[in-house]
Amino acid sequence: MASLELIDVRKTYGSGHTEVVALDHATLTVGDDEIVALVGPSGSGKTTLLSIAGGLLSPTSGQVRVGGEDITRYTNRQRTRFRRRRVGFVFQQVNLVPFLTARENLLVMPRIAGRRDRAVLERADRLLAELGLTEQAHQLPATLSGGERQRVAIGRALMNEPALILVDEPTSALDTRLGEQVMQLIVDEVTSRHTAAVIVTHDPRMARFAHRRVEIVDGHLHAPAPA
Amino acid sequence: MSLALIELRRRPGRFAAMLAALGFLVVLLLLLGGLLDGLYRGSTGALRAQDADLLVLASQSRDSLLRSVVGPADRRRVAAVPGVRTVRGLGVALVGVTVPGRDEVADGAVLGYEGGVRGVPLPPRPGEAWVDRRLRADGVREGRRLLLGRGRVPVRVRGFVDDTSYLLQGGIWVRLGTWRRVLRQNRPDAALGPRTVQGLAVRVEPGVDPGRVAAAIRRAAGGRLEALTVAAAVDALPGVQAQNSTFRGIISVTLGIAGLVVGLFFALVTLERTVLYGVLKALGASSAQLAVGVATQAVAATLVAFLAGGLVSLGLVALTPADIPVELRADRAVVTFGGLVVAALVGSALSLRRVVRIEPASVIGGA
Repeated sequence: MASLELIDVRKTYGSGHTEVVALDHATLTVGDDEIVALVGPSGSGKTTLLSIAGGLLSPTSGQVRVGGEDITRYTNRQRTRFRRRRVGFVFQQVNLVPFLTARENLLVMPRIAGRRDRAVLERADRLLAELGLTEQAHQLPATLSGGERQRVAIGRALMNEPALILVDEPTSALDTRLGEQVMQLIVDEVTSRHTAAVIVTHDPRMARFAHRRVEIVDGHLHAPAPA
Repeated sequence: MSLALIELRRRPGRFAAMLAALGFLVVLLLLLGGLLDGLYRGSTGALRAQDADLLVLASQSRDSLLRSVVGPADRRRVAAVPGVRTVRGLGVALVGVTVPGRDEVADGAVLGYEGGVRGVPLPPRPGEAWVDRRLRADGVREGRRLLLGRGRVPVRVRGFVDDTSYLLQGGIWVRLGTWRRVLRQNRPDAALGPRTVQGLAVRVEPGVDPGRVAAAIRRAAGGRLEALTVAAAVDALPGVQAQNSTFRGIISVTLGIAGLVVGLFFALVTLERTVLYGVLKALGASSAQLAVGVATQAVAATLVAFLAGGLVSLGLVALTPADIPVELRADRAVVTFGGLVVAALVGSALSLRRVVRIEPASVIGGA
């Protein structure tokens, strides 16, 4: 089963003379353990595609399915619940909650979902161990290095056992060496969990870590090219 | 613990300005409330203590016990009104009280009574008095002799009673004969006959409407008497209503300012937190969850400010001279806290619209 299916998705902003087409009849399928790099210049529609795939925006037309769940016509409330359950995000600026420790940042997801059982605590501790962050579990983000913060963000994205992980420009603030380490980590973590991921990047060097590379220009998805 | 409370605990400095402003307002509110209570209770205790349904005064007195005179014939008419259960005479004289060994003359309200006063035992023997504890600050002690007025009528303090002051003067409760003697020796022009009093405290029969009895009393006395409920008589005391409405107005405005402080603070904080709220929304937090977080912080900050402001207020009241009638009371504190919580919730609700409008999609793509 595909983790993500975008079928003829179109997204426009404004109307009439002021209409802007951000995504134009985009069709994309991502397998359930596939990692796709979405590459394109600024303003090409990467962000819009990621937002629609993650249930942050609704498409103007077309169909969106995540993990077999059709989210095309979800209301705001349904999309909020969907994001809580089915999607993991890694943001460009990491965006950890600054007053929470690394462990508590992982526990934000179950906290939002109202879960406080022992299983989620154990999962957080297991993820921290896998990400090599056991020592840093009780440190605040301000005391972590850039790489450690990225790893915490990856752990947070994995906490709710998502069907799809969406990663937004994960290496834009990192040097090449650290960027490659982070990409490798993302690929390892996602692959080991048989989870699908879409990684947005404008850096072709980072795109090679993905199983497949998709280019987007002016809202159009181009035929998949070898990664 | 919720995210909101964790932030409050770990980043107290972020809330310091609001806590300081709120704490100051708490001190202001508690002291204003304390002054209002002190003034009100100090002015009205003697009347509030009356175990009566009605207070009957001469119509010409314009609802003032001090100006009223009720003769024995009118007292008999009142007692004969259907529905009247008991009638007790009452009189008051405001005098200077000399405490032997003290240079200062204290202010006292000599209250003649025939019983039926809550918290005050039955009238003492002639030449004795139950004295309001307020006068302890002037050196009055149990068993000591006091000299009442320029006529220096001696009374011995039999014991102390609480909350029985009249017009901010400590109550000195004596039998009617002693009160008439005080009046005669200090204000010969106002001396009253042996069975004349200034007011009548009336209890009505169980199940009888005091309003109907009051109307019957007015009719029976041919308009010479006015019958008021005790609450109306309290309100008719000079300055009480003006005092209450003035203080309540100031307290309401101060509560409004507290709400404004909280509202402005959280409006600014919400602006700062736009990205954080966007991230939390993207992760699946609802606007309602975030709004509850803001409200939780507002209430928790109010609690902290209230505790700190309460402690400061207690310290200030302890340093306040005894002649300033300020009373910090638990019921006032509870009402003040409740008012502050409401103000804080209303203030924090001003941020609600902004929280709802934050788009989770805004954190994707370079936020």
